[in-house]
Amino acid sequence: MNIGLTLIGQSITFIVFVWFCMKFIWPPLKDMMRERQEAIAAGLSAAEEADKKLAEAATGAEAELAKAREEAAGIIEQARQRANQMVVDAKTVAREEGERLIEAAKAEIDQESNRAKEALRTQVSALVISGAEKVLESSVDASKHNELLDKLAAEL
Amino acid sequence: MAGSTQEYIEHHLTNLTYGQLADGSWGFAHTAEELAQMGFMSINVDSMAWSIGLGLVFTFLFRKAATTATSGVPGGLQNAVEMVMEFIDETTQSIFEYKNDLVAPLAMTIFVWVFLMNLMDLVPVDWIPMLAQAVGVSHMKIVPSTDPNITMSMALTVFVLVLYYSVKCKGLLGFLKELSLHPFPSVWAIPVNFVLEFVTLIAKPLSLGLRLFGNMYAGEMIFILIALMFGAGAVFFVFGGVLQWAWAVFHVLVITLQAFIFAVLTIVYLAQAHEVDEH
Repeated sequence: MNIGLTLIGQSITFIVFVWFCMKFIWPPLKDMMRERQEAIAAGLSAAEEADKKLAEAATGAEAELAKAREEAAGIIEQARQRANQMVVDAKTVAREEGERLIEAAKAEIDQESNRAKEALRTQVSALVISGAEKVLESSVDASKHNELLDKLAAEL
Repeated sequence: MAGSTQEYIEHHLTNLTYGQLADGSWGFAHTAEELAQMGFMSINVDSMAWSIGLGLVFTFLFRKAATTATSGVPGGLQNAVEMVMEFIDETTQSIFEYKNDLVAPLAMTIFVWVFLMNLMDLVPVDWIPMLAQAVGVSHMKIVPSTDPNITMSMALTVFVLVLYYSVKCKGLLGFLKELSLHPFPSVWAIPVNFVLEFVTLIAKPLSLGLRLFGNMYAGEMIFILIALMFGAGAVFFVFGGVLQWAWAVFHVLVITLQAFIFAVLTIVYLAQAHEVDEH
Protein backbone atom coordinates (compact mmCIF):
# COMPACT_ATOMS: atom_id res chain seq x y z
CA MET A 1 0.00 0.00 0.00
CA ASN A 2 2.88 2.31 -0.75
CA ILE A 3 2.47 5.56 -2.63
CA GLY A 4 4.48 5.45 -5.81
CA LEU A 5 4.60 6.11 -9.51
CA THR A 6 1.08 4.68 -9.77
CA LEU A 7 -0.07 8.09 -8.57
CA ILE A 8 1.43 9.80 -11.62
CA GLY A 9 0.50 7.04 -14.04
CA GLN A 10 -3.10 7.04 -12.91
CA SER A 11 -3.28 10.84 -13.10
CA ILE A 12 -2.17 10.73 -16.73
CA THR A 13 -4.64 7.94 -17.48
CA PHE A 14 -7.40 9.89 -15.78
CA ILE A 15 -6.64 13.05 -17.79
CA VAL A 16 -6.58 11.07 -21.04
CA PHE A 17 -9.93 9.44 -20.33
CA VAL A 18 -11.54 12.71 -19.29
CA TRP A 19 -10.19 14.39 -22.40
CA PHE A 20 -11.49 11.57 -24.60
CA CYS A 21 -14.90 11.74 -22.95
CA MET A 22 -15.00 15.51 -23.34
CA LYS A 23 -14.01 15.41 -27.00
CA PHE A 24 -15.53 12.28 -28.44
CA ILE A 25 -18.30 11.03 -26.18
CA TRP A 26 -20.15 13.88 -24.52
CA PRO A 27 -20.69 16.32 -27.44
CA PRO A 28 -22.06 13.87 -30.04
CA LEU A 29 -24.36 12.22 -27.52
CA LYS A 30 -25.51 15.58 -26.22
CA ASP A 31 -26.20 16.85 -29.76
CA MET A 32 -28.06 13.70 -30.64
CA MET A 33 -30.20 13.88 -27.51
CA ARG A 34 -31.03 17.51 -28.20
CA GLU A 35 -31.90 16.57 -31.78
CA ARG A 36 -34.24 13.86 -30.59
CA GLN A 37 -35.80 16.18 -28.06
CA GLU A 38 -36.52 18.61 -30.86
CA ALA A 39 -37.85 15.84 -33.08
CA ILE A 40 -40.18 14.66 -30.33
CA ALA A 41 -41.35 18.21 -29.65
CA ALA A 42 -41.99 18.73 -33.37
CA GLY A 43 -43.85 15.43 -33.57
CA LEU A 44 -46.01 16.33 -30.61
CA SER A 45 -46.89 19.73 -32.00
CA ALA A 46 -47.65 18.17 -35.39
CA ALA A 47 -49.95 15.67 -33.73
CA GLU A 48 -51.67 18.49 -31.89
CA GLU A 49 -52.02 20.38 -35.15
CA ALA A 50 -53.47 17.31 -36.85
CA ASP A 51 -55.91 16.86 -33.98
CA LYS A 52 -57.04 20.43 -34.35
CA LYS A 53 -57.42 20.00 -38.10
CA LEU A 54 -59.38 16.80 -37.58
CA ALA A 55 -61.74 18.55 -35.19
CA GLU A 56 -62.14 21.36 -37.68
CA ALA A 57 -62.87 18.91 -40.47
CA ALA A 58 -65.41 17.10 -38.31
CA THR A 59 -67.18 20.36 -37.57
CA GLY A 60 -67.13 21.23 -41.28
CA ALA A 61 -68.48 17.84 -42.22
CA GLU A 62 -71.25 18.20 -39.63
CA ALA A 63 -72.22 21.57 -41.06
CA GLU A 64 -72.09 20.23 -44.58
CA LEU A 65 -74.23 17.29 -43.59
CA ALA A 66 -76.80 19.52 -41.88
CA LYS A 67 -76.91 21.70 -44.96
CA ALA A 68 -77.41 18.71 -47.23
CA ARG A 69 -80.12 17.35 -44.97
CA GLU A 70 -81.88 20.69 -45.02
CA GLU A 71 -81.56 20.87 -48.78
CA ALA A 72 -82.98 17.38 -49.16
CA ALA A 73 -85.89 18.28 -46.91
CA GLY A 74 -86.48 21.37 -49.05
CA ILE A 75 -86.43 19.33 -52.21
CA ILE A 76 -88.84 16.79 -50.79
CA GLU A 77 -91.16 19.55 -49.61
CA GLN A 78 -90.99 21.16 -53.01
CA ALA A 79 -91.77 17.87 -54.71
CA ARG A 80 -94.72 17.25 -52.44
CA GLN A 81 -96.04 20.71 -53.13
CA ARG A 82 -95.55 20.17 -56.81
CA ALA A 83 -97.36 16.85 -56.66
CA ASN A 84 -100.22 18.41 -54.75
CA GLN A 85 -100.32 21.20 -57.25
CA MET A 86 -100.37 18.72 -60.09
CA VAL A 87 -103.21 16.79 -58.51
CA VAL A 88 -105.15 20.00 -57.94
CA ASP A 89 -104.41 21.14 -61.48
CA ALA A 90 -105.44 17.81 -62.89
CA LYS A 91 -108.65 17.93 -60.91
CA THR A 92 -109.35 21.43 -62.14
CA VAL A 93 -108.61 20.50 -65.69
CA ALA A 94 -110.79 17.41 -65.43
CA ARG A 95 -113.62 19.33 -63.93
CA GLU A 96 -113.35 22.01 -66.58
CA GLU A 97 -113.18 19.37 -69.25
CA GLY A 98 -116.23 17.68 -67.83
CA GLU A 99 -118.13 20.91 -67.64
CA ARG A 100 -117.12 21.73 -71.17
CA LEU A 101 -118.24 18.35 -72.39
CA ILE A 102 -121.53 18.70 -70.57
CA GLU A 103 -121.89 22.15 -72.01
CA ALA A 104 -121.13 20.89 -75.49
CA ALA A 105 -123.54 18.02 -75.09
CA LYS A 106 -126.24 20.35 -73.88
CA ALA A 107 -125.59 22.66 -76.84
CA GLU A 108 -125.74 19.77 -79.23
CA ILE A 109 -128.95 18.57 -77.66
CA ASP A 110 -130.40 22.07 -77.98
CA GLN A 111 -129.20 22.30 -81.52
CA GLU A 112 -130.57 18.90 -82.34
CA SER A 113 -133.94 19.72 -80.81
CA ASN A 114 -134.02 23.06 -82.59
CA ARG A 115 -133.15 21.32 -85.80
CA ALA A 116 -135.91 18.80 -85.20
CA LYS A 117 -138.33 21.59 -84.32
CA GLU A 118 -137.31 23.41 -87.47
CA ALA A 119 -137.76 20.31 -89.59
CA LEU A 120 -141.04 19.61 -87.90
CA ARG A 121 -142.10 23.15 -88.39
CA THR A 122 -141.19 22.99 -92.08
CA GLN A 123 -142.99 19.75 -92.50
CA VAL A 124 -145.98 21.08 -90.55
CA SER A 125 -146.07 24.26 -92.60
CA ALA A 126 -145.84 22.17 -95.77
CA LEU A 127 -148.62 20.02 -94.45
CA VAL A 128 -150.58 23.07 -93.45
CA ILE A 129 -150.01 24.58 -96.79
CA SER A 130 -151.00 21.48 -98.63
CA GLY A 131 -153.95 21.13 -96.29
CA ALA A 132 -154.95 24.69 -96.86
CA GLU A 133 -154.56 24.26 -100.58
CA LYS A 134 -156.79 21.33 -100.43
CA VAL A 135 -159.25 23.35 -98.39
CA LEU A 136 -159.06 26.34 -100.65
CA GLU A 137 -158.80 24.20 -103.73
CA SER A 138 -156.37 26.60 -105.10
CA SER A 139 -152.82 26.99 -104.92
CA VAL A 140 -151.43 29.18 -102.49
CA ASP A 141 -148.95 31.57 -103.73
CA ALA A 142 -146.13 30.84 -101.46
CA SER A 143 -144.62 34.20 -101.85
CA LYS A 144 -147.80 35.99 -101.11
CA HIS A 145 -148.63 34.02 -98.10
CA ASN A 146 -145.21 33.46 -96.93
CA GLU A 147 -145.65 35.83 -94.04
CA LEU A 148 -148.76 34.14 -93.00
CA LEU A 149 -147.19 30.77 -93.30
CA ASP A 150 -144.22 31.79 -91.32
CA LYS A 151 -146.44 33.18 -88.58
CA LEU A 152 -148.23 29.87 -88.55
CA ALA A 153 -145.09 27.90 -88.48
CA ALA A 154 -143.85 29.97 -85.57
CA GLU A 155 -146.98 29.25 -83.62
CA LEU A 156 -146.48 25.52 -84.11
CA MET B 1 -3.45 -21.66 10.96
CA ALA B 2 -3.02 -18.13 12.31
CA GLY B 3 0.02 -17.61 10.15
CA SER B 4 -1.62 -18.81 7.04
CA THR B 5 -4.69 -16.68 7.72
CA GLN B 6 -2.51 -13.63 8.10
CA GLU B 7 -0.65 -14.55 4.97
CA TYR B 8 -3.90 -15.00 3.12
CA ILE B 9 -5.15 -11.56 4.11
CA GLU B 10 -1.84 -9.88 3.42
CA HIS B 11 -1.57 -11.58 0.08
CA HIS B 12 -5.00 -10.32 -0.90
CA LEU B 13 -4.16 -6.78 0.14
CA THR B 14 -0.83 -6.54 -1.64
CA ASN B 15 -0.48 -5.06 -5.08
CA LEU B 16 1.64 -6.48 -7.83
CA THR B 17 4.37 -3.86 -7.71
CA TYR B 18 7.12 -3.26 -10.18
CA GLY B 19 10.00 -1.06 -9.15
CA GLN B 20 13.64 -0.60 -8.32
CA LEU B 21 14.86 -3.29 -5.96
CA ALA B 22 17.45 -2.76 -3.24
CA ASP B 23 20.28 -4.02 -5.43
CA GLY B 24 19.49 -1.43 -8.10
CA SER B 25 17.85 -3.77 -10.56
CA TRP B 26 14.19 -3.43 -11.60
CA GLY B 27 11.63 -6.13 -10.95
CA PHE B 28 8.50 -7.21 -9.12
CA ALA B 29 8.41 -7.02 -5.34
CA HIS B 30 7.86 -10.43 -3.75
CA THR B 31 8.05 -9.57 -0.07
CA ALA B 32 6.92 -6.71 2.13
CA GLU B 33 10.57 -5.72 2.71
CA GLU B 34 11.24 -5.46 -0.98
CA LEU B 35 8.11 -3.41 -1.37
CA ALA B 36 9.13 -1.04 1.41
CA GLN B 37 12.58 -0.59 -0.11
CA MET B 38 11.14 0.47 -3.45
CA GLY B 39 9.68 3.66 -2.00
CA PHE B 40 8.24 6.05 -4.54
CA MET B 41 9.96 4.48 -7.54
CA SER B 42 7.39 1.74 -7.86
CA ILE B 43 4.30 1.16 -9.84
CA ASN B 44 1.31 -1.01 -8.98
CA VAL B 45 1.01 -2.91 -12.22
CA ASP B 46 -2.27 -4.59 -11.30
CA SER B 47 -4.00 -1.34 -10.29
CA MET B 48 -2.82 0.40 -13.43
CA ALA B 49 -3.77 -2.47 -15.71
CA TRP B 50 -7.22 -2.94 -14.24
CA SER B 51 -8.01 0.77 -14.11
CA ILE B 52 -6.84 1.35 -17.67
CA GLY B 53 -8.72 -1.73 -18.81
CA LEU B 54 -11.91 -0.57 -17.13
CA GLY B 55 -11.39 2.94 -18.48
CA LEU B 56 -11.14 1.42 -21.94
CA VAL B 57 -14.36 -0.50 -21.32
CA PHE B 58 -16.01 2.79 -20.42
CA THR B 59 -14.64 4.73 -23.40
CA PHE B 60 -15.30 1.87 -25.79
CA LEU B 61 -18.92 1.40 -24.73
CA PHE B 62 -19.72 5.08 -24.61
CA ARG B 63 -17.86 5.86 -27.81
CA LYS B 64 -19.77 3.07 -29.53
CA ALA B 65 -23.02 4.55 -28.28
CA ALA B 66 -21.89 7.99 -29.43
CA THR B 67 -20.97 6.88 -32.96
CA THR B 68 -24.01 4.69 -33.53
CA ALA B 69 -26.33 7.15 -31.80
CA THR B 70 -29.41 8.18 -33.69
CA SER B 71 -31.98 10.76 -32.80
CA GLY B 72 -34.54 8.11 -33.70
CA VAL B 73 -35.55 5.17 -31.56
CA PRO B 74 -32.55 4.29 -29.36
CA GLY B 75 -31.26 0.75 -28.86
CA GLY B 76 -30.38 -0.97 -25.60
CA LEU B 77 -26.80 0.27 -25.23
CA GLN B 78 -27.74 3.76 -26.29
CA ASN B 79 -30.57 3.79 -23.78
CA ALA B 80 -28.28 2.78 -20.94
CA VAL B 81 -25.62 5.31 -21.94
CA GLU B 82 -28.19 8.05 -22.31
CA MET B 83 -29.65 7.25 -18.93
CA VAL B 84 -26.25 7.69 -17.28
CA MET B 85 -25.61 10.81 -19.30
CA GLU B 86 -28.92 12.42 -18.50
CA PHE B 87 -28.45 11.61 -14.83
CA ILE B 88 -25.01 13.22 -14.77
CA ASP B 89 -26.18 16.14 -16.89
CA GLU B 90 -29.09 16.88 -14.57
CA THR B 91 -26.91 16.57 -11.49
CA THR B 92 -24.33 18.87 -13.02
CA GLN B 93 -26.86 21.46 -14.06
CA SER B 94 -28.46 21.52 -10.63
CA ILE B 95 -25.13 22.11 -8.86
CA PHE B 96 -22.93 23.86 -11.40
CA GLU B 97 -24.49 27.01 -12.82
CA TYR B 98 -21.54 28.26 -14.83
CA LYS B 99 -20.58 27.72 -18.43
CA ASN B 100 -17.91 25.04 -18.60
CA ASP B 101 -17.78 22.21 -21.11
CA LEU B 102 -15.36 20.21 -18.98
CA VAL B 103 -17.39 19.63 -15.84
CA ALA B 104 -20.14 17.32 -17.10
CA PRO B 105 -17.85 14.99 -19.10
CA LEU B 106 -15.43 15.01 -16.17
CA ALA B 107 -18.20 14.03 -13.78
CA MET B 108 -19.42 11.31 -16.12
CA THR B 109 -15.94 9.86 -16.58
CA ILE B 110 -15.45 9.83 -12.81
CA PHE B 111 -18.85 8.32 -12.12
CA VAL B 112 -18.66 5.52 -14.66
CA TRP B 113 -14.98 4.77 -14.23
CA VAL B 114 -15.08 4.73 -10.44
CA PHE B 115 -18.25 2.65 -10.60
CA LEU B 116 -16.57 0.09 -12.85
CA MET B 117 -13.48 0.01 -10.64
CA ASN B 118 -15.66 -0.47 -7.57
CA LEU B 119 -17.66 -3.12 -9.39
CA MET B 120 -14.58 -5.35 -9.43
CA ASP B 121 -15.15 -5.68 -5.69
CA LEU B 122 -18.11 -7.96 -6.43
CA VAL B 123 -15.93 -10.49 -8.20
CA PRO B 124 -15.27 -13.23 -5.61
CA VAL B 125 -11.98 -12.35 -3.93
CA ASP B 126 -10.13 -15.54 -4.76
CA TRP B 127 -10.96 -16.06 -8.40
CA ILE B 128 -8.57 -13.77 -10.18
CA PRO B 129 -5.65 -13.82 -7.67
CA MET B 130 -5.67 -17.63 -7.82
CA LEU B 131 -5.88 -17.57 -11.59
CA ALA B 132 -2.95 -15.15 -11.62
CA GLN B 133 -0.95 -17.42 -9.29
CA ALA B 134 -1.67 -20.35 -11.57
CA VAL B 135 0.00 -18.52 -14.44
CA GLY B 136 2.89 -17.40 -12.23
CA VAL B 137 1.90 -13.89 -11.13
CA SER B 138 2.48 -13.57 -7.40
CA HIS B 139 -0.03 -10.87 -6.50
CA MET B 140 -3.16 -9.54 -8.17
CA LYS B 141 -5.42 -6.95 -6.63
CA ILE B 142 -8.28 -6.45 -9.01
CA VAL B 143 -10.12 -3.53 -7.37
CA PRO B 144 -8.16 -0.41 -8.37
CA SER B 145 -10.18 1.81 -6.03
CA THR B 146 -8.77 -0.07 -3.02
CA ASP B 147 -5.39 1.34 -4.00
CA PRO B 148 -4.84 4.81 -2.48
CA ASN B 149 -2.59 5.67 -5.43
CA ILE B 150 -5.54 5.39 -7.76
CA THR B 151 -8.09 7.29 -5.69
CA MET B 152 -5.62 9.99 -4.61
CA SER B 153 -4.38 10.57 -8.14
CA MET B 154 -7.93 11.25 -9.28
CA ALA B 155 -8.59 13.45 -6.27
CA LEU B 156 -5.37 15.39 -6.86
CA THR B 157 -6.17 15.87 -10.53
CA VAL B 158 -9.55 17.28 -9.52
CA PHE B 159 -7.72 19.44 -6.96
CA VAL B 160 -5.43 20.84 -9.66
CA LEU B 161 -8.52 21.70 -11.69
CA VAL B 162 -10.03 23.38 -8.62
CA LEU B 163 -6.89 25.49 -8.16
CA TYR B 164 -6.75 26.29 -11.87
CA TYR B 165 -10.36 27.46 -12.06
CA SER B 166 -10.11 29.30 -8.73
CA VAL B 167 -7.24 31.39 -10.08
CA LYS B 168 -8.84 31.69 -13.51
CA CYS B 169 -12.22 32.87 -12.28
CA LYS B 170 -11.27 34.90 -9.23
CA GLY B 171 -7.82 36.00 -10.23
CA LEU B 172 -4.80 35.12 -8.15
CA LEU B 173 -5.48 38.05 -5.85
CA GLY B 174 -9.13 37.19 -5.50
CA PHE B 175 -8.26 33.61 -4.67
CA LEU B 176 -5.74 34.70 -2.03
CA LYS B 177 -8.27 37.16 -0.65
CA GLU B 178 -10.79 34.39 -0.31
CA LEU B 179 -8.23 32.29 1.50
CA SER B 180 -7.23 35.06 3.89
CA LEU B 181 -10.37 37.16 4.46
CA HIS B 182 -12.75 34.32 5.26
CA PRO B 183 -14.55 33.59 7.50
CA PHE B 184 -13.51 36.74 9.46
CA PRO B 185 -13.29 39.76 7.16
CA SER B 186 -10.65 41.63 9.11
CA VAL B 187 -6.99 42.38 8.43
CA TRP B 188 -6.06 41.18 11.92
CA ALA B 189 -7.71 37.83 11.35
CA ILE B 190 -5.69 37.02 8.25
CA PRO B 191 -3.45 34.37 9.88
CA VAL B 192 -6.40 32.65 11.52
CA ASN B 193 -8.42 32.84 8.34
CA PHE B 194 -5.58 31.53 6.27
CA VAL B 195 -5.05 28.53 8.51
CA LEU B 196 -8.77 27.72 8.53
CA GLU B 197 -9.23 28.18 4.79
CA PHE B 198 -6.03 26.36 3.92
CA VAL B 199 -7.09 23.35 5.94
CA THR B 200 -10.48 23.47 4.21
CA LEU B 201 -8.77 23.61 0.84
CA ILE B 202 -6.39 20.75 1.56
CA ALA B 203 -9.20 18.70 3.05
CA LYS B 204 -10.95 18.66 -0.31
CA PRO B 205 -8.64 16.31 -2.22
CA LEU B 206 -7.82 14.32 0.90
CA SER B 207 -11.44 13.64 1.78
CA LEU B 208 -12.31 13.02 -1.86
CA GLY B 209 -9.60 10.42 -2.41
CA LEU B 210 -9.50 8.83 1.02
CA ARG B 211 -13.28 8.48 1.31
CA LEU B 212 -13.41 6.32 -1.78
CA PHE B 213 -10.28 4.41 -0.80
CA GLY B 214 -11.51 3.83 2.76
CA ASN B 215 -14.91 2.61 1.72
CA MET B 216 -13.62 0.27 -0.92
CA TYR B 217 -10.73 -0.99 1.18
CA ALA B 218 -13.06 -1.77 4.07
CA GLY B 219 -15.52 -3.46 1.76
CA GLU B 220 -12.78 -5.57 0.23
CA MET B 221 -11.48 -6.44 3.68
CA ILE B 222 -14.91 -7.71 4.73
CA PHE B 223 -15.14 -9.82 1.59
CA ILE B 224 -11.74 -11.31 2.43
CA LEU B 225 -12.79 -12.02 6.02
CA ILE B 226 -15.99 -13.67 4.81
CA ALA B 227 -13.96 -15.69 2.34
CA LEU B 228 -11.89 -16.98 5.27
CA MET B 229 -15.02 -18.60 6.70
CA PHE B 230 -15.33 -20.95 3.76
CA GLY B 231 -12.41 -23.02 5.01
CA ALA B 232 -13.76 -23.38 8.56
CA GLY B 233 -16.26 -26.20 8.34
CA ALA B 234 -19.67 -26.83 6.82
CA VAL B 235 -21.63 -24.56 9.13
CA PHE B 236 -19.28 -21.66 8.56
CA PHE B 237 -19.31 -22.40 4.85
CA VAL B 238 -23.08 -21.94 4.64
CA PHE B 239 -22.98 -18.95 6.99
CA GLY B 240 -20.18 -17.41 4.95
CA GLY B 241 -22.15 -17.92 1.76
CA VAL B 242 -25.16 -16.14 3.16
CA LEU B 243 -22.97 -13.34 4.54
CA GLN B 244 -21.14 -12.92 1.27
CA TRP B 245 -24.40 -12.67 -0.61
CA ALA B 246 -25.80 -10.15 1.87
CA TRP B 247 -22.65 -8.05 1.87
CA ALA B 248 -22.50 -8.12 -1.93
CA VAL B 249 -26.08 -6.88 -2.16
CA PHE B 250 -25.31 -4.11 0.29
CA HIS B 251 -22.09 -3.38 -1.54
CA VAL B 252 -23.92 -2.78 -4.80
CA LEU B 253 -25.40 0.24 -3.03
CA VAL B 254 -22.04 1.29 -1.59
CA ILE B 255 -20.12 1.17 -4.85
CA THR B 256 -22.74 3.15 -6.73
CA LEU B 257 -23.03 5.65 -3.93
CA GLN B 258 -19.27 6.12 -3.66
CA ALA B 259 -18.94 6.65 -7.40
CA PHE B 260 -21.78 9.16 -7.26
CA ILE B 261 -20.32 10.98 -4.23
CA PHE B 262 -16.95 11.30 -5.96
CA ALA B 263 -18.59 12.74 -9.07
CA VAL B 264 -20.89 15.10 -7.17
CA LEU B 265 -18.15 16.40 -4.88
CA THR B 266 -16.01 17.07 -7.94
CA ILE B 267 -18.83 19.16 -9.38
CA VAL B 268 -19.34 20.93 -6.05
CA TYR B 269 -15.65 21.76 -5.65
CA LEU B 270 -15.46 23.08 -9.21
CA ALA B 271 -18.61 25.13 -8.65
CA GLN B 272 -17.00 26.63 -5.54
CA ALA B 273 -13.92 27.40 -7.60
CA HIS B 274 -16.05 29.27 -10.13
CA GLU B 275 -17.97 31.19 -7.47
CA VAL B 276 -16.90 34.81 -7.51
CA ASP B 277 -17.37 36.48 -4.16
CA GLU B 278 -19.59 39.56 -4.25
CA HIS B 279 -18.56 41.33 -1.07
